[in-house]
Amino acid sequence: MKIKNNTLTLDTTDLKILEALQEDARQTYTAIGKRLGIAHSTVYDRIKRMEQHGIIKKYTTMIDAEKTGAKNITAIMTIYTDPKESEKVAEKLCAAPQVLEVYTSLSEELQIIAKVIAENQESLHTFIANSIAPLHGVLRIRTSIITKKFKETQLSIANDPKKLTLIKETHKIKEEKIK
Amino acid sequence: MNIENAAKILRTVPREKAFYFFTSIGNYTGESAASLKEFMEKINEVNVKSLEFHLYRGDFEKWIDETLEDKELAKEIRNIRSLNYSGTMLKEHLHSVVVKRYKELSGNF
Repeated sequence: MKIKNNTLTLDTTDLKILEALQEDARQTYTAIGKRLGIAHSTVYDRIKRMEQHGIIKKYTTMIDAEKTGAKNITAIMTIYTDPKESEKVAEKLCAAPQVLEVYTSLSEELQIIAKVIAENQESLHTFIANSIAPLHGVLRIRTSIITKKFKETQLSIANDPKKLTLIKETHKIKEEKIK
Repeated sequence: MNIENAAKILRTVPREKAFYFFTSIGNYTGESAASLKEFMEKINEVNVKSLEFHLYRGDFEKWIDETLEDKELAKEIRNIRSLNYSGTMLKEHLHSVVVKRYKELSGNF
């Protein structure tokens, strides 16, 4: 771990610690240390430093919404906007509790893509008709209701191609040295 | 009908109370109407799918009744539903009903 201009450069040990935490954030420093072959105090120091530098933002809980009994529907909205108003439209979307994610995308026209949840189709329509369509700069909206989820995951060390390659390469070098 | 009531129905409502034309759940066409006059014009402009979508959900009569506060026109539009029209036939019939009412109301001035 290197600190330069108050920013951290992570090494493979840090990445492995992050990978372990992303698998199970409740495991102890000792368990992580054992798994990586390092002292628990090293694990503690590195985690604390990554927390201080905002690399580890927070520890949270992933909930299986279906098992909680909630029968919400999820939809992806593509909102075509006037480029001059798109920032404001995106900000208003971000403020709505039923909007989970907001992105901008540039293809032929400027688009805002948002993931939204609602109790049912009618409440989804009411939300879009009463709260999104009237916003200044909204030109038109396309909405797709999600019918089946095949995969949902967060960006992690395990699926970030660059960091995964770095970990694998370090493993390889170590193994070759041992041979 | 007195002039005051006619003027109320013919007024332009704020943007957040306008009628927004959709073709299906969540699919907004980009067209809206903030007055009876604009609504009358938009009937001829929007895709007939949008007219079918809103008519059979009862959205037109709800907006005309609750926002423009024209119970008479709301009732006439409700009656169109029972005719089960679709396509151009629906568009023409709906347009003629709204035009007739608009002329009646604007004739007061």
